[in-house]
Amino acid sequence: MSEPTWRRKDLLGIAPLSAEEITLVLDTAESFLEIAERPIKKVPTLRGKSVLNLFFEASTRTRSSFELAEKRLSADSLNFSSGSSALVKGESLIDTARNLQAMAPDLLVVRHQHPGVPHLLAERVEAGVINAGDGAHEHPTQALLDALTIRRHKGRIAGLKVAIVGDVAHSRVVRSNVHLLAKLGASVTVAGPRTMMPVAADSLGVTVCYDLEEALEGADVVMMLRAQLERHRRALFPSVRDYFRLFGLSRARLARAQEDVIVMHPGPMNRGVEIASEVADGPGSVILEQVANGVAVRMAVLYLLAAAQGGGE
Amino acid sequence: MSAHLIRGGRLVDPSQGLDEELDLLLEDGVVARLGAGLEPPPGAAVTDARGLVVTPGLIDVHVHLREPGHEYKETVESGLMAAAAGGFTAVACMPNTEPVNDNRSVTEHVLRQAARHPYARVHPIGAISKGQKGEELAEFGEMVAAGVVAVSDDGWPVKNAHLMRRALEYARHFDLTVIQHAEDLELTGDGVMHEGEWSTRLGLPGIPGAAEDVMVARDLLLAELTGGRYHVAHLSTGHSLELVREARRRGVRVSCEVTPHHLLLSDRAVAEQSFSSHTKMKPPLRSQHDVEALLAGLADGTVDAIASDHAPHHPDEKDVQFSAAPFGIVGLETTVSLCLDRLVHGGVIPLPRLIELLSTGPARVLGLPGGSLAPGQVADVTLLDLERRITVDPTTFRSKGRNTPFAGWTLRGAPAATFLAGRPVTLP
Ligand SMILES: [Zn+2]
Repeated sequence: MSEPTWRRKDLLGIAPLSAEEITLVLDTAESFLEIAERPIKKVPTLRGKSVLNLFFEASTRTRSSFELAEKRLSADSLNFSSGSSALVKGESLIDTARNLQAMAPDLLVVRHQHPGVPHLLAERVEAGVINAGDGAHEHPTQALLDALTIRRHKGRIAGLKVAIVGDVAHSRVVRSNVHLLAKLGASVTVAGPRTMMPVAADSLGVTVCYDLEEALEGADVVMMLRAQLERHRRALFPSVRDYFRLFGLSRARLARAQEDVIVMHPGPMNRGVEIASEVADGPGSVILEQVANGVAVRMAVLYLLAAAQGGGE
Repeated sequence: MSAHLIRGGRLVDPSQGLDEELDLLLEDGVVARLGAGLEPPPGAAVTDARGLVVTPGLIDVHVHLREPGHEYKETVESGLMAAAAGGFTAVACMPNTEPVNDNRSVTEHVLRQAARHPYARVHPIGAISKGQKGEELAEFGEMVAAGVVAVSDDGWPVKNAHLMRRALEYARHFDLTVIQHAEDLELTGDGVMHEGEWSTRLGLPGIPGAAEDVMVARDLLLAELTGGRYHVAHLSTGHSLELVREARRRGVRVSCEVTPHHLLLSDRAVAEQSFSSHTKMKPPLRSQHDVEALLAGLADGTVDAIASDHAPHHPDEKDVQFSAAPFGIVGLETTVSLCLDRLVHGGVIPLPRLIELLSTGPARVLGLPGGSLAPGQVADVTLLDLERRITVDPTTFRSKGRNTPFAGWTLRGAPAATFLAGRPVTLP
């Protein structure tokens, strides 16, 4: 039997991946998790490789997670965030890409507020591009770390019932997770306010539901999404109070799920808006594990992409 | 006196119900005679049109020539060369220039530029409101005197229902058509593509079909109230088409145009072309369901015209991420081949109906000269080669714009030549 191998130059999303590729990333991440338990958490795997972290949109968590993953793999990383001199306002993305190409990096990690930016960069640079979140489109490493977390708790993904709750329309996390969970055989229900549900949510191959309690019924996994009520200048929800009343996850509501349900959140949480503290800090919460798994998944992705370029140790 | 005989072609003229092999004699800028086996008068030039289709000159009622103000995107000169290369003998140009064509001097400037570059006729469209600000009516009378053929605030929908009512009423003094870019900008919000399955998948903010439909519905009621002539620019949804169909049955004076891209592409193209800004325009590429409704509207006669909404942008403006790119694509040099290949050879409509949509219909909608080869009509003629195969190559465009989602498409059928006022058009 031949070993599955990674051949892609870029990781732009979960949608194009096969179940085998997803499993390969997860298996690779498992082996990197072990490194985090060592006293010296560093391996020479990516020594001599340069990684540019391009964060056009601020995201301390995702950026730190990638940086840590790069350091643990001994890569040389360089950070550019919005406001830094390399990402000048007004410079076209194509010019930015040309400048970056001139630095001859091996990998680019890209976060941008608009969908499709990592795709455009991937077309224009030789480096491998990792999408670290493009608008409301995809956030593949988040879905992979969520899957790793689920797998470590449940031992499988196929056959699980997963409920994803919140602002589905504006979430990149949802889209990546929906693709991944479907490819690995879970059944997914998305739930949220009608004003925050994309018009064609059912075309994503999920069950769409507008009632939190119904969505929680029998769930093995509950993923809560961050409700960014303040970000919506267009009236999508009248108030935080109303939001929590309809879609806030309390312990009483969670009782409808399976007894061994795990509760996830991509962070940062709004306590008292989408999730009550009693749940966030409760027995089923795996939110902090997600953070730890995030580093391992990002190490795996960096490693696989670098190896696909050849010259990886 | 000048004379030109176009001999041996298949003459298709929907205005006279003609589709047969006929010779066409042009004299002194007008159509002199139609007939079989015509002999050229002494001194007449002769064009051998055997194997070609001879039609009334094609007219595009919706183009952006960008001059004055945005000459880096297009000029009257480059736009008219593009028109001629694309088989058109006349274009109607939108007023969203800088300054806006909301007064006599801008209209005259555009016409002066056009006179210097006589590759095709230019029919300027004036603004509905001063500065296209949607507040006060522009001086229709002054602009008409200078040569404006219709009014529109294209790009800036007339939001104020009262202003729209007054525009429809006042335009009746000049028998002007009021053209609306129908879009409720509040419903559009920050939308960049059609709201549906593909916006859901791609995570791009959506523009619902209803953003168009609500304004078309309102305007049709206002057109009924006022008796004004109302034209829907780049109609893109099945619902809007149904509203037009139903209003026309009630006797409302309404017409509509659709673009080739809304007929041939759906919102899926945004994903297929991986977020290419060449799939970004307004209205956005709609659902497959809408595409099918528009195609049905071509066949059943509801649609009056095919117009390109030729919207050139500089490559630097379009070569950016999807969300940051301006809306719009070029169309003057692709429309004819796209329509011949996909609509005629593709079996959607017969050739005479296409010529109606590209010539007779546009002339009727805006009350323009042409659209007919009846004796006495202006001698604007287009020759088409139904069999020539072309591959769309933006680097060969006469337009300064290169922004098209059709690059690389191989198409059967192409324009072969145009005649303007009886003389063959040659491009430098
Ligand atoms: Zn428009």
